[in-house]
Amino acid sequence: MALKWEFFYRKFITYKGYESVLSGLGVTVEIAVFGLLIGIVIGTLIAVVKMLPGTGIAKKILSAICNIYIGFFRGTPIVVQLLIGYYVLLPALGITIDKIIVAITVFGMNSGAYVSEIMRSGIQAVDPGQLEAARALGLGYSRSMMKVIIPQAVKNILPTLGNEFISLIKETSVVSFIAIVDLTKAFQQIGDSNYDYIIPYLMLAAVYLVLVCIIAQLVKLLERRLKKVDRNI
Amino acid sequence: MIEIFNLTKSYGDHVVLNGITETIADGEKVAIVGPSGGGKSTLLRCLNCMETPTSGEVLFDGKLLSSLDPYLHDDLICLSKTYEKLLKHISAEKPSVSDEDKKASALAKIKEEKLLKKYEGTAFKKAMKQLEKEISLDLNLARRDIGMVFQHFNLFNNLTVMQNLTLAPTQLKLKTKEEAEKKAEELLRRIGLYDKKDAYPSTLSGGQKQRIAIIRALAMDPKVMLFDEPTSALDPEMVGEVLDLIKKLADEGMTMVIVTHEMGFAREVATRMLFVADGNIRESAPPDEFFDNPKNERLKDFLSKVIKN
Repeated sequence: MALKWEFFYRKFITYKGYESVLSGLGVTVEIAVFGLLIGIVIGTLIAVVKMLPGTGIAKKILSAICNIYIGFFRGTPIVVQLLIGYYVLLPALGITIDKIIVAITVFGMNSGAYVSEIMRSGIQAVDPGQLEAARALGLGYSRSMMKVIIPQAVKNILPTLGNEFISLIKETSVVSFIAIVDLTKAFQQIGDSNYDYIIPYLMLAAVYLVLVCIIAQLVKLLERRLKKVDRNI
Repeated sequence: MIEIFNLTKSYGDHVVLNGITETIADGEKVAIVGPSGGGKSTLLRCLNCMETPTSGEVLFDGKLLSSLDPYLHDDLICLSKTYEKLLKHISAEKPSVSDEDKKASALAKIKEEKLLKKYEGTAFKKAMKQLEKEISLDLNLARRDIGMVFQHFNLFNNLTVMQNLTLAPTQLKLKTKEEAEKKAEELLRRIGLYDKKDAYPSTLSGGQKQRIAIIRALAMDPKVMLFDEPTSALDPEMVGEVLDLIKKLADEGMTMVIVTHEMGFAREVATRMLFVADGNIRESAPPDEFFDNPKNERLKDFLSKVIKN
């Protein structure tokens, strides 16, 4: 075991393995953060579209599009979505963009499908009187949603969004399928050097665990801060 | 001025309002009373189309807020295919009757039995669209002039008192931020709550919330104010402060419609009382006559119960 530790130490410190681990960590966090941001935007849009008042044909078409979108992104594995995005869509469209941007887009779109349901429940939890009051002042539907309803909905769903972020962080471990060196791949490369994966993979798990714990704490802190605003202490 | 014509509102088979026609003139203070579930609140909420009428029309300063109700426009009905057929039918049956009478009876039959179908020919459709375009007013524009106060206050929980008061005027570009804040401060001073301008609604008492909800509506400089049971959700000790503010507004000449259970207040403030029960206005009279000399049996019964308590 001592030998294994020595190999790991040598690879990690002496040969500067930590550099690739740190940059991998950066990539992981980058994909998750921007993925979530895109997810929130897409999710909010879908939630608002699905909750539009009225029964017009435009609404029906939009709703159908949203349902197909959600169905696809929830009905197929994220790895498959990544592979399709990178190896099918990009060549088909004939564009070359950075792999990480592809990953961010795919994770954002995937997350949007999940966030839309979270956001919908958050919006539904806001007192309908709030929308009525805004509309009675002459504010339009979308402005009322933007200024009054969605801020309150976001507060309602903050803990759930925190969980979504945590699962995003963990899910990004599959981006090596399109040859991105993230946290997982960086540790894997350390193990590859002498085909001994025990310590690198245990360390990998530890890093994810710490990362997730930190995020959970941050979410808690933010929640408490927002509650304070509520009570105006 | 708000006018409603033959207004009905039903939820499925349940009829809440059953063909109400009424006019609220400028300067009037109308108090609506009546038993629970009689349709008072629904009637009030139809006045600014918070509730979409099932049929009938709502007009604000002569402009249409609700959708057009073809049964209220004879010249529209005359363009319909149903009317054409009916007229032929009547002519064949009673050739001796004069043309005027034929037309009148065809119109009456269509209105009574609601015979218009979804499609009534292109001429009808065109004329209806044209008329709607001519007399309709954008609902959001109209609502700027119709303030509304709710039973449960409905202050925006995510905004401070000041932001509550300035959101609509600034978002709708009616005032600059400075103007809106100046006006809000003025209003807050007036109700003695200036020191609460940076507080969030959750820290206020019910009476404070309702008074701020009232000045939030006033910040839009409305022409009419609608109050939907403004004191029903308040602790008894806070009812007074809210009623006082409404009274002051009334004294300043604001046109208002108030749904309330506070009979003493209604009698003092209103220029006209409406008794709404079972989906209709059963009595409309000045307060003194309304309370001292009620004509409707249902109202007599209602008053005897309410006044005793």
